[in-house]
Amino acid sequence: MQDLGIDVLFKGTNFLRLLQGLWVSVEISLISVVISILLGLLVGILMTFKNPVLRAVLKVYLEIVRIMPQMVLLFIVYFGTTRVFGWDLSAETSAIFVFCFWGTAEMGDLVRGSIKSISKIQFESSFALGMNKIQTYRYVILPQTIRRLIPLSINLITRMIKTTSLVMMIGIVEVLKVAQQIIEANRKASPNAAFGVFAVVFLLYFLVCWPISRLSVYLEKRWAL
Amino acid sequence: MDYAVIESYLPLYKDALALTLKIGWQGIALSLLVGLAGAAILHFKIRILKTITGIYIELFRNTPLLVQLFFLYFALPKIGIKITAQTCGVLGLGLLGGAYMIESFRSGLESIAVIQTESALSLGMTKEQTFIYVILPQAVSISVPGLLANVIFLLKETSVFSTISLMDLMFTAKDLIGMYAKTIECLFLLVVFYLIMLLPVSILGSILERRLRYAGFGD
Amino acid sequence: MSELLKVKNLHKEFGKNVVLKDINLSVEKGEVVVIIGPSGCGKSTFLRCLNGLEEIQGGVITVDGLPVESGKKEITKLRQKIGMVFQSYELFPHLSVIDNLILAPTKVQKRKKEEVIREATELLDRVGLLDKKDYFPRQLSGGQKQRVAIVRALLMHPEILLFDEVTAALDPEMVHEVLETMLKLAKSGSTMLIVTHEMSFAEAVADRILFFDNGEIVEEAEDVKGFFKEPKTERAKKFLRTFEYDSALYI
Repeated sequence: MQDLGIDVLFKGTNFLRLLQGLWVSVEISLISVVISILLGLLVGILMTFKNPVLRAVLKVYLEIVRIMPQMVLLFIVYFGTTRVFGWDLSAETSAIFVFCFWGTAEMGDLVRGSIKSISKIQFESSFALGMNKIQTYRYVILPQTIRRLIPLSINLITRMIKTTSLVMMIGIVEVLKVAQQIIEANRKASPNAAFGVFAVVFLLYFLVCWPISRLSVYLEKRWAL
Repeated sequence: MDYAVIESYLPLYKDALALTLKIGWQGIALSLLVGLAGAAILHFKIRILKTITGIYIELFRNTPLLVQLFFLYFALPKIGIKITAQTCGVLGLGLLGGAYMIESFRSGLESIAVIQTESALSLGMTKEQTFIYVILPQAVSISVPGLLANVIFLLKETSVFSTISLMDLMFTAKDLIGMYAKTIECLFLLVVFYLIMLLPVSILGSILERRLRYAGFGD
Repeated sequence: MSELLKVKNLHKEFGKNVVLKDINLSVEKGEVVVIIGPSGCGKSTFLRCLNGLEEIQGGVITVDGLPVESGKKEITKLRQKIGMVFQSYELFPHLSVIDNLILAPTKVQKRKKEEVIREATELLDRVGLLDKKDYFPRQLSGGQKQRVAIVRALLMHPEILLFDEVTAALDPEMVHEVLETMLKLAKSGSTMLIVTHEMSFAEAVADRILFFDNGEIVEEAEDVKGFFKEPKTERAKKFLRTFEYDSALYI
């Protein structure tokens, strides 16, 4: 398979390096997802409050996340804030900060949606059975919300992993960067390496994201109310 | 912030916006075509094509655009398929977007009751006429909010074009920062230009969504 | 009189569940046949078989001598001869009343638009809905929608009309306007097959009554008045009695 440049991957530790690069993306994603889910729960509940100031602030926040490309946010944090505030942020910290900023908004919106989708009658019928507010949330509302939320949060993981491919733009050595390095190093020996290596990177991303999104679809169907 | 700098950079950003929009809209148009074709294939359950469409959707929904672009731009030439960076951008965006558009169109199609099809068939229409005149128009208007959300998503995704040397907004900003280190001015312009590009679409999206949700046909 | 619709040994099942067994029927031009029977007796499925919306597992259906076979290309030709009106109207929500009416005649029969519009306007006028010509379905009441649906079927110039419980979804005060329209049609010589739960309407409109139960024609009566006074079979008697109880309850 010389001509497709797949052989490059079996030279030395190349394939292992690629996997390590992938792990960098996955690690950043997982850390960001966990933080986003926790903060998102809070933000989502805040979004259902009727306080006008709070609503306006959250609305602006959501809109920023909705229309600003994550790459722009990465640049602002990594190049912009370090310049303005003079602090020293590593690329990894900047990336995690940006993905949490983005993920919290997404998660918050999902939480708000799930709470809103539970009809008022559910509250009323629980009260009619003599439950208090905490019991109503504990036994009736939250179980329904969480069943709806888990598949959506799992889906957020795949979106996070896909988005982390951007971090190479602020100099983090993840799978794409490693791929470029491998191709560059073998330019002479294997001029077609770009095909094999990028095809494998494509496949690696797919192999990581696909099972997770299948799981999300499966749970969504299984837990459909 | 140095306003003279901003003013001198302005034309560069304008050009970049024009390029981003050009590739963006071409890619989105392509994604809509792919989306419609794919949704029709799934709707009519056409053998073989149905399976191919399914594989396509999974492949492109589960990989980042950046990786897709790298594959199109750097890998394909190695097996003799050479395309320009611009075509690559349009193709990448169109294929990525198509996978999402199919889903949006499909959920619209699925929301139309079977008996609407039956009532069209009982008027003597063929399956194809039923699809074109009765089912599709209803499905499209139901899909509009989803489609617009995809448009916003795709326009945002154009920010990765810089990686294949297209002089889009991101590329311009990165380039200028690298050359003159006017970081704040460059980032400020970057944000402003993305706002100019995306805010109108976003606002249009919320207006349409509200109208579709509360009204419907005939108001 | 000539035979328009012929059903021979029709058999229909959903999986293991037999819904129609050995149905035989012949309808002549200009005849109005009313099908009654308890819910789930197969009468709606029977109508759907007649224009090929349901596949059949045995027997033959012919309209004008041509076989009805679902899935075949010719079915669209046949369906133009068979008009069908549904319980839930099924107007196309994205089209105005007039566009609902002219869609099939212009696209399927390729007739001239002006001519179809002229005819549609005339028919709308006859059912008292001319002023609603440019309304959208959602702006109409159920009864109005159903009258538009009837006009939509008529515009295809069908040779036979199928009505599937067309008043079942309507508020009581709107039932009358729809039945009135159907009665006029019957008097003008249309061939009709009507599934209904409105017994006094059935009595007024029918040339022949078919009583369905459990997927079979249990009783067939040309003497319509006689049937409603004294049905011959025990099952029909029992069925008609439930209606008496119903009305007795409300008095």
